[in-house]
Amino acid sequence: MFQNLSSKLQTTFDNLARRGKLSEADVDLALREVRLALLEADVHFSVVKSFLDRVRARAVGAEVSRALNPAQQVVKIVNEELVATLGEPGRLNLKGPQPRVVMLVGLQGSGKTTMAAKLAKKLRDQGERVMLVAADLQRPAAVLQLQTLGQAVDVPVFATQATPVEVAGQAVAAGEKQGKTVVIVDTAGRLQIDDALMNELIAIRERTKPVEVLLVADAMTGQEAVRIAEGFHKQVGLTGLILTKIDGDARGGAAISMRTVTGVPIKFLGVGEKTDAVETFDPGRLASRILGMGDILGLIEKAEATLDRENAQQAAEKLVSGQFTLEDFLTQLKEVRKMGPIGQLLGMIPGLSGPKMQIDEQAAEQQFKRTEAIIHSMTLRERRSPEVLNGSRKRRIAAGSGTTVYDVNQLVKQFKDMQKMIKQLGNRKGIPGLPRFR
Amino acid sequence: MFAKGIRESLERTRNQVFGRIITFLGQNDLTQETFDELEAMLIQADLGTNLADDLVAGLEVRAEREGIVRADGLRKALRQELRRRLGDPPPLDLSARPAVILLVGVNGSGKTTTAAKLARYLLDQRRSVMFAAGDTFRAAAVEQLQIWGQRLNVPVIAGQPNADPGAVAHDAVMAAKNRDSHVLIVDTAGRLQTKYNLMEELKKVRGVIAKAQPGAPHETLLVLDATTGQNALSQAKAFKDAVHLTGVVLAKLDGSAKGGMAFAIGSELGVPIRYVGTGERVEDFAAFVPDRFIEGLLE
Repeated sequence: MFQNLSSKLQTTFDNLARRGKLSEADVDLALREVRLALLEADVHFSVVKSFLDRVRARAVGAEVSRALNPAQQVVKIVNEELVATLGEPGRLNLKGPQPRVVMLVGLQGSGKTTMAAKLAKKLRDQGERVMLVAADLQRPAAVLQLQTLGQAVDVPVFATQATPVEVAGQAVAAGEKQGKTVVIVDTAGRLQIDDALMNELIAIRERTKPVEVLLVADAMTGQEAVRIAEGFHKQVGLTGLILTKIDGDARGGAAISMRTVTGVPIKFLGVGEKTDAVETFDPGRLASRILGMGDILGLIEKAEATLDRENAQQAAEKLVSGQFTLEDFLTQLKEVRKMGPIGQLLGMIPGLSGPKMQIDEQAAEQQFKRTEAIIHSMTLRERRSPEVLNGSRKRRIAAGSGTTVYDVNQLVKQFKDMQKMIKQLGNRKGIPGLPRFR
Repeated sequence: MFAKGIRESLERTRNQVFGRIITFLGQNDLTQETFDELEAMLIQADLGTNLADDLVAGLEVRAEREGIVRADGLRKALRQELRRRLGDPPPLDLSARPAVILLVGVNGSGKTTTAAKLARYLLDQRRSVMFAAGDTFRAAAVEQLQIWGQRLNVPVIAGQPNADPGAVAHDAVMAAKNRDSHVLIVDTAGRLQTKYNLMEELKKVRGVIAKAQPGAPHETLLVLDATTGQNALSQAKAFKDAVHLTGVVLAKLDGSAKGGMAFAIGSELGVPIRYVGTGERVEDFAAFVPDRFIEGLLE
């Protein structure tokens, strides 16, 4: 959906003569595209404005480095400034008398309860003695949800019939008695403009003296992010931000907005539904994502998360030794398909996210299915030694897979070509045509 | 009831963004700056750059053609341009018995709460309602719906934790038929629209419902958090492609600046907003009436 910012800027600069320094006109032209990219990523309008002012100040008159063209030079400055704005990843502050209290706050449905369990697991794995506190008495079954999650991550959950302030206060006392080192308080979702509920948060804070008050916010939040963060920060006093549901396709510009208006660091990202799906945040990666420059690291991670390492290792060995059969090919195909539709994968590669690539998505899916069906219709012997395939075998396979003999021939031919190509590759180092990552 | 709820909730939005628009479009001369500032305000209301651009370009053309020279002359044109993008949401199709309403959406958008509010809304119309607890994934999601069922006196069909949501949906349709219920509301697990397997699962749930009762689900509503930004469009598109959305419920429309992406979803995808959730209470729910929505935003 979003075009790569670099390629857009490239087009913009194509019409300009090459010069040694970026002129004001160059920069303004480029920043118009940057502005759109940021607004499309949900960065707040006024935050974009002040950000662009900073970039302009740095970029005008900047020497275009020999290794870069003007477009790349602008992107480089934008990226650096964005990384600086996002700031260093904040670490959890676990200083002071035990138990240290960590309080999670945020709007309804931002993911506080899930994040509470994820943090509990993370800290427990680091050797802390953790207790979870169910202080969300608003939403039906929220306490039960935390109890269920607590059981799953093997962390005790404190719950009792009382007001949220009382629950939190008693929990800290109980935690101290039981020798807990960290107490994580899950609070009910609330709007920053709901005075009664905000006062409740202030009361919990005063009663439990937390070392961390973390705002849990949805990565998909729009322009509203500024007012949410401001509201919570002014009233409760935040020490950090957590961005959840970053595993979707939201660009996450809300992070910049919230970071800018609060000045507190981003501490964690929620990256999935499982209890271990929490990451410390990487400003560089989030910056590329916000700028729509593809997510190569995300793709690599996706591959690592879904592909069976052992399978891949075996396949690689077979590939190099020339023993790769159609059966192995089928296994590999299935591994790739586990990662999701091919179009979505292509979209993660910078430069390939344009509309042109989308058209072939369905054709590619169909081709995948056809190939699978053909190999499924083969006997084991045929999969291992395709040279036994004669006319009658091919007709049987075609009938069995709902394809034609032509399709079967195509597949066998492609497979042989691939084998040949791989043999050649095996003799060289690296794969030609692919750039090396620095 | 509608007018009060939505006006109250939009009061803040109006003061924050659109109120400024109406004040801003005063008796001053219409200049390029007026249009630039107007565009900025529309973007801040989450309309998105494309739509804001489009709207303002359209207004510039109209201003020229209709000889509008003062900023306040744009008010009516802006209202019309906004209205044009919302379409006319039809009433819920409840002609079948049971009429099956499938609720879908990303995690935390407010599906379960919306199920309860919708049930209450239909009960008020003297219709019998049943729930299918199709979120078998999230911890305590079934219990959450069961508590609502008890409070509203609505029967809940549920399976074991981690049960196949398709099987739950099937059983629920059968039960709704047996009990001759007017409406069956099927709650589903939250899923990000980029999760291939989960979207496939949702297609399957829909297929199972269609098999259990031809013509069902009669309504498939995307529950969308009103604080969502540009990702709302991606959500609506993906869910539309997967399960043929018939509408959107704009949940949590009770904060400050909200609801701007409703315009983009209406105009780019043709999916109408059908209902709005306007507060914490179960009765804070209303049919979406475009004229009142815009009126409330601009006045």
